This record gives sequence, structure tokens and C-alpha cells, in this order.
Amino acid sequence: MGGDQANSEAGEELIAAHIARFREVPGGLLPLLHAVQDSLGCIPAGAVPAIAGALGLSRAEVHGVISFYHDFRSEPAGRHVLQICRAEACQAMGSRELEAHVKARLGIDYGATSADGAVTLEAVYCLGNCACSPSVRLDDAIHARVDAARVDALLAELTTGAAP
Amino acid sequence: MSLRLFVPRDTTALALGADEVAAVLRREAAARDLPLELLRNGSRGLFWLEPLLELEHEGQRIAFGPVDAAAVPALLEALANDPAAHPLYLGPVAQIPWLQSQQRLTFGRAGLGDPLCLDNYRSLQGFQGLENALRLSDQEIVNAVTESGLRGRGGAAFPAGIKWQSVLDAPGEQKYIVCNADEGDSGTFADRLLMEADPYQLLEGMIIAGLAVGATRGYIYLRSEYPRARDILEEAIARARADNYLGDNIRGSGRGFELELRSGAGAYICGEETALLDSLEGKRGMVRAKPPLPAIAGLFGQPTVVNNVLTLAAVTTVMAQGAAFYHDFGSGRSRGTLAVQLAGNIRRGGLVELAYGATLRSLVEDYGGGTYSGRPARAIQVGGPLGAYLPESQWDTPLDYEAFAAIGAMLGHGGVVVFDDTVDMAQQARFAMEFCALESCGKCTPCRIGSVRGVEVLDRVVARQDTAGQIELLRDLCATMEAGSLCAMGGLTPHPVRSALQYFSGDFS
Repeated sequence: MGGDQANSEAGEELIAAHIARFREVPGGLLPLLHAVQDSLGCIPAGAVPAIAGALGLSRAEVHGVISFYHDFRSEPAGRHVLQICRAEACQAMGSRELEAHVKARLGIDYGATSADGAVTLEAVYCLGNCACSPSVRLDDAIHARVDAARVDALLAELTTGAAP
Repeated sequence: MSLRLFVPRDTTALALGADEVAAVLRREAAARDLPLELLRNGSRGLFWLEPLLELEHEGQRIAFGPVDAAAVPALLEALANDPAAHPLYLGPVAQIPWLQSQQRLTFGRAGLGDPLCLDNYRSLQGFQGLENALRLSDQEIVNAVTESGLRGRGGAAFPAGIKWQSVLDAPGEQKYIVCNADEGDSGTFADRLLMEADPYQLLEGMIIAGLAVGATRGYIYLRSEYPRARDILEEAIARARADNYLGDNIRGSGRGFELELRSGAGAYICGEETALLDSLEGKRGMVRAKPPLPAIAGLFGQPTVVNNVLTLAAVTTVMAQGAAFYHDFGSGRSRGTLAVQLAGNIRRGGLVELAYGATLRSLVEDYGGGTYSGRPARAIQVGGPLGAYLPESQWDTPLDYEAFAAIGAMLGHGGVVVFDDTVDMAQQARFAMEFCALESCGKCTPCRIGSVRGVEVLDRVVARQDTAGQIELLRDLCATMEAGSLCAMGGLTPHPVRSALQYFSGDFS
């Protein structure tokens, strides 16, 4: 409990610092939301009233922006985020089979987190790596020409922490 | 004598292991007491050869590729002794026919050096366009852009000069230059390559645009799917500011321009210019009704130039070499060069910059070398997820805006996605509707609801339930979406659906 409260106080301080940085920036809501999510892993529902108040918006408006964009989340993701490109160039190179393989291996669908909390699986529509499809993004690293064996190796590295 | 090597660090090279190659190069060179100068350049866009290692040798750049980490020890031996004997030896990079035959106006600098080095940029004719622009009046700059025939590269192909003239003429307290770097179309990566390999060219183009229309502030709206481009642009902006290319006194001219990088948040619709403006204002990315045009009432209600990355980049060529030089490339009303992006199931994928007018077939067969799988190519989608699927009978169409419009297709941002004969075109049509349903901003009913209905109808087609009746419904739905949507999302989703029905009807029955 004590730890949670300390976390939540630290989170509130961070949110207040981000608000102070972006409240006077024209159109500053998106950069503010990015900053909050980058530092806390999500935009907690509890942060919405403070953000709305500081920017002179209603809570509904802030919620509307958060829910509009695929990137923003109200709950933390797993320790890692795996995005599989579902767009056409990757489809032409077998991404439908790749996504079926990953869903079966992790036992989850898009938008869910594996039972051990290691990986959140997301769909993405183009990583700009379309000459060497199919592509996945694991956290901030993009991988090209990914087949089932390659994605298995990437996922295995996450659990063992070992280099390939 | 030390070995001077180049290993790219753009997204695709990194995705194929360029960092591992660089690390092993350093380690193996140290183990051999081999003095090594390792530079990290941008990619030249020959993605089928990445990671493409280059050796500077007797004034030439010698290429090897694709290089993986395992190949490094033997390669180092060869580099120190007889480079041409190595199996990955490709000869002088500038003489690789795939690259040599291109007409690189915008991408000529890509891959030559450290993308963030200002001296490197200046040594390769960088900022010449800006220097010329600083000697001209605003109207003279706009005239040059108009005379060059440059059209917007984002997809709509609107004449850039006319847009700039409108902003120049519009009264406004604070005008803006907005760069649309929300390159969301599958099969496209030209903007990303430009931003990662030659970021100062984009900055230079935006500064010139600011001088031309009297805008002192600019924004780059970059999609969040491009983390590498974000890092490079942030650093480029900081260095340009430190060297007085940005700020209130550009290179002592007394003119000012300030630039900010903004990240999108995973919404495809924000590539539509008015949705982008709403997003920049901190709102949901909802499409606006036009008029008013953004040129009159754009960002924060002020006159705003919204241009794609490649449009702004091309302006530097126009200003450095002259409008006539640029206008001499191209065909019909499509002037200059087109950055074709060969993607999907293709053997030699990457960026091919050519004057407008080459045929789709020559791109896919001569440059692309056919499919990656080795199976026959069956369908090519040109212009992103809102572009038509073209069968082989249409591949002799020249790549220019009017020729593509004449066959009910569009060039868009120049993405070319090849599918082999295993593709199921009913599934591709279904995906077009699914994507529209997922990414619609929701403002217009035909787009928001029509796309959901489109998925349902196509599911029944695939399940062979009342196929003829469902296809009739689908055509009707396409007509409604096309006629009743505010923007290209709902308005052009019928393109891939109808072309799949028209050219690949066997997949629907």
C-alpha cells in the first residue's frame, strides 16, 4: 500500500510537471499526452481531470482525444509491446500467417497482454519498411523479413534476456 | 592505412541487422589490429541490398551487400587484400545499374554521408536553394515554384505554386508551414528515407516555403511509427538552430523561421491535411469540410501551407537549379521526378526516383526483378490502401497522374505493392473496407458506417451466401461512399474494392 501511494504521488508530480511544460504550448494536448504516457506507461484515468482543468477543456474532450488515437492507452501495457504490420505490403509477404502464428503462440488476440505480462500484442498499419516485408516492431526496434522462426527467436530473447 | 567503411543506419538497414554488422566490424577489426574508420550513413534506398556496406577505395565507393554479421570476418580479410574477390562484391556503388539509371533529384544525396553532418550537407550543394531564395522576393520564390510545375507529392497532386500563392495573398497575423510527414500508406517509405538520410533537405524546403509565403513558424507532423526518423529530425532541428538556419535571424538575413516536430499517435486519417491540422491543434483528428481551404484558414485558423515531405524537399531543387531545370523532367502535366517505392512481394525492392512517364511494368520487372517468392505476379496496388489493384493488362500504364486517373486508378504517394498469384482478391477487398472502418475519423456516415457494412457484405460474399445480390449491394455501397464522403478515406476506399471486383471477378464467385 505504502509503495502504491508513493508511486501514485510520484506519478502526480510527473503529470503536474508535464502539464506545466505544455499548458501554454499551442495545440499542446498531444505532446502532453505523449509525455505522460512515455513516463508512466499509460495515461491513467485519474490524470484526465488535472489535464482538462489546466488546458481549459472538459474531461470529455480530453477523454475524446485519448480514445481517438490508437497509441494512447489508459492501462499500462506489458513489459514489451510487439506490433505486427497488417498492411498490404506485409500481407503480400505472408503477414496473415505470421499474425496467426503469434496469436497462437502467445495465446492472445490483438490488444491483449500475455499471461506472464511480458508482451502486449498490437496490430499496426505500416512501419515504412515495405520493401523488406513482413515487418514487426518490438518496442522501438523494427525487424524486417520476419517469419515464424524469427518472431519466435525475438520472443524467446525477451523471456531469457539472452542475445540471439 | 585505415579502412574507411560506411554502414547505413536507416530503419530498413537496422531492421536487417546493420547495427550488428557495425558492432562485429569494430570487434573483428580490433582483433586484427586493423585501423577502421566506420561511418554510419543514410541508406541509398537499395533496400534489397541492405545492409549495404561501402568501402571508400581510391576515391570510389565500393559496395558489398547484403552483408550480415556472419559474413564480416571473411569480408574484412577481403577488404584488406582483394575486395573484388569477395562474393558480396557489387563494384562501385554509383555504377550499380539499379541506381545509376535513376534520375535522382531529391534522393541524390541519400546515403552519401552522415545525414546529420551540416558540413556534409553543405558540401553536397545543400542550402544553395535557400541562399538563392534569400536573395529573392516572396513573389519571385512563389513564381519559381509555380513555373517548375511542381505538384503535391502526398497524393492529391495539387499544384504547389497555386497553394503557395493563396497563402502569400491571404491576410493573416501568423502564417504557418506544415509538413505532412504522416506517411501512412502501406508500400510507401520515401518520406521516411528522405527524413532519415537527408533531413536538412526537408528543413531547407520548409524554410524556403516560410520565406515565400511570409510564414515564420512551421511544424513537422511525423507519424509515431517512425521512431528513427523522429530521433534524426530532432537532432537535425537542434543543429540547424545552433547554426542559425532556424531562429529569428536566418544566416544573418534578418528573416526568421522557427520549426517544431510533433508526433502523431497512430491515426491513419491524420495524413489527411485537415485532420492533421486538427490533430496539431491538440484535438481528435477529424476531417474538416472545405472550404475554407487550409491556405486561407488552416492551423489555428491562420493561412497555412500544408505540403508533403517530398514536395517541400523538391522545392530545394527548384530553387537551387531553377524552375526550368525541374520542369524539364516529366511527362504531360506531371513535372519533375516521382519517387516510386517498390514494395510487397518484390525481389529488388526500394526507392526508384525517375521522371514521370515510365511504365509500371518497367518499374516492377526491370527494377523490381519480379516477385520475391518467384511466383508470377498477379496484382499490383499502386497509391496505398486507397489505390486500385491493377492486373497485368494495366501494367503498361505510364506513371503520371492523368494516365492513372484515366484507368480509374491513382499514383498517390508512389507506393507500388506487388502480390503474387497466391493472393485472394476478395480478401484484399475486404481488407480495404476493414481498414476504412478502423481508421475512419467518423465524421461522415458513408465512411463510418458504410465501411462496416462493406466488411459484412464481403464476409457474405466470401461465404458464398447470395453472391450476386451481395456484390450488387457492394457496388451500391461503393457509390454511396464515393459520393457522400468528405475526404479521400471514404471517397477512395471504393478504388481497391471496385478494381478487385472488376479485374479479379473470379475470386468473388
